[in-house]
Amino acid sequence: MVDGLTVTYGGKPALEDVSYTAPPGGLVAVVGPNGAGKSTFIKAVMGQVSATAGEIALFGKSARSNRSVVGYVPQRTSVDWDFPVSALDVVTMGLYRRIGWLWPVRAKHRRQAFGYLDRMGLADYADRQIGQLSGGQQQRVFLARALAQDADLYLMDEPLAGVDAKTERTIIGVLQDLKDEGRSVFVVHHDLRTVPEYFDHLMLLNTRLVAAGPMSETFTVANLQQTYGGHMAVLPGGATAVVD
Amino acid sequence: MAEIVRLLSSYNTAVVLLAATLLGAAGAVAGTFALLHKRSLVSDAIGHAALPGIAGGFLVALAFGFDGRNLAILLSGAALSGALATVMISWIASQTRLSEDTAIATALAVFFGLGAVLLSVVQSLQVSGQAGLDSFLLGTTAAISAREAGTIAVMALLVALVGLGLFKEFRLLTFDAAFAGAMGYPVRALDLGLMALLLLVVALGLKTVGLILIVAIVILPPAAARFWTDRLGAMTALAALFGAGAGAVGAGASAVLDDLPTGGAIVMTAGALLLISLVAAPRRGLVAQGVVAARFRLARRREARARSGQGLGQGLGQGSGQGTGEGRARP
Repeated sequence: MVDGLTVTYGGKPALEDVSYTAPPGGLVAVVGPNGAGKSTFIKAVMGQVSATAGEIALFGKSARSNRSVVGYVPQRTSVDWDFPVSALDVVTMGLYRRIGWLWPVRAKHRRQAFGYLDRMGLADYADRQIGQLSGGQQQRVFLARALAQDADLYLMDEPLAGVDAKTERTIIGVLQDLKDEGRSVFVVHHDLRTVPEYFDHLMLLNTRLVAAGPMSETFTVANLQQTYGGHMAVLPGGATAVVD
Repeated sequence: MAEIVRLLSSYNTAVVLLAATLLGAAGAVAGTFALLHKRSLVSDAIGHAALPGIAGGFLVALAFGFDGRNLAILLSGAALSGALATVMISWIASQTRLSEDTAIATALAVFFGLGAVLLSVVQSLQVSGQAGLDSFLLGTTAAISAREAGTIAVMALLVALVGLGLFKEFRLLTFDAAFAGAMGYPVRALDLGLMALLLLVVALGLKTVGLILIVAIVILPPAAARFWTDRLGAMTALAALFGAGAGAVGAGASAVLDDLPTGGAIVMTAGALLLISLVAAPRRGLVAQGVVAARFRLARRREARARSGQGLGQGLGQGSGQGTGEGRARP
């Protein structure tokens, strides 16, 4: 639950007075033009940027004390791909909290992590250095790591950006599973064509919250036009296109 | 030869060698994470920033009636001014419009400049022991007592153990700090912990390596190790081995050859290891990559020749001169 969230960078608001209560067990698409504060929203809920004003509560507790329940899939560009870790090493990181401080990673943890990799169809790539995987495989590794976290709330920053069709299907399947298990998932997503198909709730952001709610009520031409402003064209026949 | 063995086997030298070896290993363990966390230049700034701490520590020790050379006071001063430099760097980088590399260069220059001024103040005083402060710049084993070396050895072992104990946490911090934060790890505290380890290495290395070259024992061994492996565990172990080897060989050489500064000898050894690694390492080394590139070019040329041969055949079959012309154009 987010109430009156405002985040500013150097005096300019990146997010202004955003309030939203996530449905338990729902797939929420976070949609908006470039610079609308989508990543900022994710980072604020994660506590990576601090809110100038407003409250963030996770499952009824203040976010600060309850952070370990958040699963996270970062934007692809934020990772050092030459780092000396294998795909399995990365997935194991999702288990670190359960392994505990100072304890080393043991064989049973590696087996567990391997299970998540396998679920992503990456069993054959466990020992690859992450830079030597394709973009789609890298994305699935990070999703496997998020699954290993076993969190109740997931935040994913553009997991579907630039991935191949197989990866997209795998990721959508996992999102469905997470939803069926009663977890909440926020996904920053760019492709308006697939938004209504993949998600059942929608947050439209453009610094302020333009609209939020169940997909059928929120995904309307009027709302989208308000979100994208002049960058949005309604094509004949009701189709829409975003012009960046 | 017998002379060398005699020099190295004296009790004092043996302890100093042990200290330099452990220091090399500890520096490499902390350095592996510093390198991966893009903190190489910060390590250099911390080293240079130790100088005002040493000179200031000397003055403070004198003012309170201690011997100016009291190692505990000098090292505390070095760690303190190094810590101030890191605070200054992160403040400039986060609160002003200056970039981080500008912040690092600024802190390094300002602190080292202040140190040079304080050092000249110390040298103008007519007190005993001030001459020894110079040795902190480039390091010397001659000035280290067995007791000091023992302290350095124990502390270095401690640094290495803390670094290895927090291996998993540091791996997470250096690979993906945002994710660490999402999992509820205190990212800032971990970052500070890593900086504290670097500060300790710098302080411990002052007498052997000297503050000007201290960055080398932190960065060169892990940089060399990175060429041999894609695994963090193996990289850390190899870096520790390289660092220990450089420490032992460098300190040994300077014990045998009186005029050789220890810091220079250790760094040259580490530099040689890095050079060998970047040239000869399998897969990531220059030779291996050159071979791969050459094979690729050869395969392409063969393919092109096969294709132009085919074109030649077709050209002849069709009775046109185009194919032969193309064939002749290629050297």
